[in-house]
Amino acid sequence: MTYVTIPHWKVETRTKASATFAIVAALLILLAFAAPLFASRSVLQDLFFILTMLVLAQNWNLLAGYAGLVSVGQQAFIGFGAYAMFALVILAGLDPLIAILLAGIASALLAIPTAFFLFRLQGAYFAIGSWVIAEVVRLALAQWKALGGGTGTSLPREATRDMPALKLVGGLFGVKSSEAGDILTYWLALLLAIATIGLVYRLLRSKQGLGLAAVRDNQEAARSVGVDARRMKTLVYLAAAFGTGLAGALIYVQKARISPDAAFSVVDWTAYVIFIVVIGGIGTIEGPIVGVIVFYILQTLLADYGSWYLLILGLIGIVIMLFAPRGLWGLFAERTGIQLFPVRRRLTGGPVPLAKKGGPHG
Amino acid sequence: MALLETRNLIARYGDFQALFGVDIALDQGETIAIIGANGAGKTTLMRSISGILVNQPGAVLFDGAEIGALPAPDIVARGIAMVPEGRKLFPSLSVEENLLIGRYGRAVDGHWSLDTVYELFPILRERRANPGTALSGGQQQMVAIGRALMSNPRVLLCDEISLGLAPVVIKDIYAAFPRIRAAGASIVMVEQDIGQALMVADRVYCMMEGRITLSGAPSDLTREKIHAAYFGVA
Amino acid sequence: MAWLDTIIQGILLGGLYALFAAGLSLVFGIMRLVNLAHGDLIVLAAFLILVLASVLGLNPFIAALVAMPLMFAIGWALQFFLLNRTLGTDILPPLLVTFGLSIVIQNGLLEGFTADSRRISVGGLESASLAIGPINVGVMPLLTLASAIAVIVGLNQLFYRTSLGRAFRATSDDPVTAGLMGIRPKRIFATATGIAMVVVTIAALYLGTRANFDPTIGPARLIYAFEAVIIGGLGSLWGTLAGGIVIGIAQTFGAAINPEWQILAGHLAFLLVLLVRPRGLFPRAVD
Repeated sequence: MTYVTIPHWKVETRTKASATFAIVAALLILLAFAAPLFASRSVLQDLFFILTMLVLAQNWNLLAGYAGLVSVGQQAFIGFGAYAMFALVILAGLDPLIAILLAGIASALLAIPTAFFLFRLQGAYFAIGSWVIAEVVRLALAQWKALGGGTGTSLPREATRDMPALKLVGGLFGVKSSEAGDILTYWLALLLAIATIGLVYRLLRSKQGLGLAAVRDNQEAARSVGVDARRMKTLVYLAAAFGTGLAGALIYVQKARISPDAAFSVVDWTAYVIFIVVIGGIGTIEGPIVGVIVFYILQTLLADYGSWYLLILGLIGIVIMLFAPRGLWGLFAERTGIQLFPVRRRLTGGPVPLAKKGGPHG
Repeated sequence: MALLETRNLIARYGDFQALFGVDIALDQGETIAIIGANGAGKTTLMRSISGILVNQPGAVLFDGAEIGALPAPDIVARGIAMVPEGRKLFPSLSVEENLLIGRYGRAVDGHWSLDTVYELFPILRERRANPGTALSGGQQQMVAIGRALMSNPRVLLCDEISLGLAPVVIKDIYAAFPRIRAAGASIVMVEQDIGQALMVADRVYCMMEGRITLSGAPSDLTREKIHAAYFGVA
Repeated sequence: MAWLDTIIQGILLGGLYALFAAGLSLVFGIMRLVNLAHGDLIVLAAFLILVLASVLGLNPFIAALVAMPLMFAIGWALQFFLLNRTLGTDILPPLLVTFGLSIVIQNGLLEGFTADSRRISVGGLESASLAIGPINVGVMPLLTLASAIAVIVGLNQLFYRTSLGRAFRATSDDPVTAGLMGIRPKRIFATATGIAMVVVTIAALYLGTRANFDPTIGPARLIYAFEAVIIGGLGSLWGTLAGGIVIGIAQTFGAAINPEWQILAGHLAFLLVLLVRPRGLFPRAVD
C-alpha cells in the first residue's frame, strides 16, 4: 500500500547572503551608534548628511520604484516639515524633538489634499503636478511673515540649547551644546535611517507589499485579484510624505536656519535624491544605499566644480537610465543573484515522502 | 523565377518557434491562398513577408532580391502592400485620409487612385469624410483593401479579410477581387474561410503548427486531403 | 477701467504661455512623451538667439529665423538618438532621462554664460504701444499673441491638411501599422520634436525680449506650459491657447491684488480647473 505524501511547503525569503548580511549589518549599526566616541565633528556632520539623504532616497524609492508614482515635488514635504517644526518651536515654544515628530504628522496631513489633486493626473503629468504643488506650498509659506517671509529665519539658540535631550548628551560626552547638538542629530538621523529601512523592508515582505508589487507591474491584473490599487498608492504617498517631512524637520534642526528657496530647492531635495536612487538602483532597498555612497564620493571629489558637478551627475543619470536601468546595484544583483534585503518569495520545502510499499494491494 | 518566394523561413517569438522552415512561391499574376487553423502560423508568415518581423535576408525573395531582413517601410516601397489582420484603420484619420496614407511610402502611379478605389467600393465615396473607425466591419475592410491598393503594389498580402464579417458581406468584398487581379496585382490570401479561398485561388497551401502540410491547385485537392492537412488527423 | 486693462494684459500674457505650451502639446499628442527639459530648451533657444544677435549683429527677429533651423536640428537629433530610446511602456525612463537632460542643459548654460541675467534688445519696440480704443496695448505683447495664434493655425494646418500631418496622426494611433504604410516612426518622432523646437524658438524670442532671463528659469516655463496644456485639455491646440489665457488672466489679476501673489494665483487657477474639470476645458485626445 502507498501512503499519502504530506506536502510541507513554506514561503521563505531568507537567503544565505541575507543571513550573513544581517549579522554584518547588526555589527555596523552598533559601530555606528558608538561613532561619536571616536569620530570628529565634521565626520559626524558628513554622516548626518549621508543618513538623511538615504532616508529621503528610500522614501522616494518607495513612491517611484514600488508604487510607480514618480514625484519631482517631494521638496514640498521637506519644506513643509521644516517650516512646521520651525513654527512649533518658535511660535508654540515646543521642544524641537517633539516638533520634529509633529512636523512629520503635519506633512502626512498635507499629503491628503495634495493627493486629492495629484491623483487626477497620470505619469508625467503626475510628476509635473507634484512640482506645481511644491511651488504652491513654497509660495504660500513665503508669505508667512512671522517666519521670515521670503528671506527666512533662524532657530533661536535657546530652543536647541535648552533641550533636555541635548543636555543629557552634553553631560554624557562632556561637550558643549553645539557639539552635543551634532551628536544628538546624528543619532536621530541614524535611528530614522534604520527605522525607514526597517519599515520599508517589513512592508515589502507583508501582504500589502506583495499587493504593491502587483500594482506596479500590472495595475489591471492586480485589481482583478482584489488589490485596491488606488488605496495602496494613497497610503504609500502618505507614508512617504510622513517620512520625508520627518527628515526635512530633522535636517533643518541641524541647519538651524531656513528660507523658502532653500527648504523647497528642487536641486537639493529632488535632483540629488533622484540621482541617488537611479544610480544606485530603483526598486530595491539596497539600491539607494549604494547610490548614496556613490553620490557622497562624487560630491567630495567634484564639490569645487560648481555647475560641472551637477552636469556630470545629470549625464551619469541619463547614461545609467538608458544602459543600466536597474542601477549599479541592479547590475551587481543580476550578475550574482545576491539579495541583502530579500523580498522575493520562494516556495521551499515540498512533499515529505513517507513510507511507500508496492502497489494498491501491497 | 517566382515573383515572391520564401525559402526555409523560420520565425520565433522569444522561446516559442512559430515557423519551421516554410517554403512558398507566388508567380506573377497568380493568386495563392494559405489556409490553416488558428495558431498554424499564417499571420506570422504574413508578418515576416511584410517586414513587421525581420528575418534572415535570404529567407524572403522578391523579384530575385533578398528582402528578408528589411523593415516594413522598405518592403512597402518595393511594392508589397499588406491588408493587415483586423483591418487596423487609423482612428484619427477619415476614410479618405486612410486611403491617402496608403501612398505615403510608395507614391507610384498606376491603375489605382482615389477615383478608381471609389469606383471599386462606391459606398466609401459617400463616407469619405467619416472617421475611419466609424464604419461597419465590411466597409472598414473595403477601406483597408483600398488603402493597400493606393500604393499600386505588385503583390497584395491579405490577412484574414473575412474575419468577423457576415457571409453576404464577404461575398461583396470577394466580388471585387477579379478587378484587382485584372489590374495586375499578384495576391497572397490568408483565409479561414476555406470555401472562398478555394474559389478565388490558383493554388492553395495548407499550414499546421508552423509547417506547410499540403499544396496544390484547388481542383487537385480533395476534401479528405484538406481535412487531414488542416487538422492533422487521418 | 482697470479691470479691463488687467484682462487684456492677461490675454496677451496668455499668448506667451500658449507659445511655451504649443511645443509640449504637439510632442505629447504624437508620442505621449512629456519632455521635462522643455522649459530649459526654451532658455537654450533664447541664449542661441542672443548669441546670433550679438555675434552676427542681427536684428533679433532675423536671429530667431536663423536659430529656427538650428533648433530643429537639435530637436531632431535629441529625439532620434536619445529620446527615442526611452519610449516604451515604462514611464520611468522618459521622465528620468528628460529630468537629467534638464539638469544638464541648465548647468551647461550656467557654465557657458554664467548666472547673469540677460535680455534680448529690440530697441524701441520694447516700449512701443498701440492705442486700441481706451486701452494702450504694448506692441511686443500683441505680436506675441499674434504669433501664438499664427503658430496654432499653422500647426493645425500641418496636422490636418498635409501628408506629414496624416503621418503624425497615423503614427500616434498605431506605429506598427504606420510602418506598413511606409512611415518610419523613429523619423516621424524626430521630425515632431524638431518642429516643436522651432515653436520653442519663437517662444524664446518673445521670452527673451520681454523680460530678463538666466539659465535657471527653465523649470518655471515648463510648469506654465504644462498648466496651460492641462487646463486646455490634452490633444487640442486651441485648448492650449485657452489654457494659456486662463493662466495669464489669473496671474494678472493676482498681481493686481498683490504683486507677490502673481505666480501663486496662476497655480491656484490651475488647481481649481483640475478640481472641477480634470480632463481640461476642451479635451479631445483619448488616452
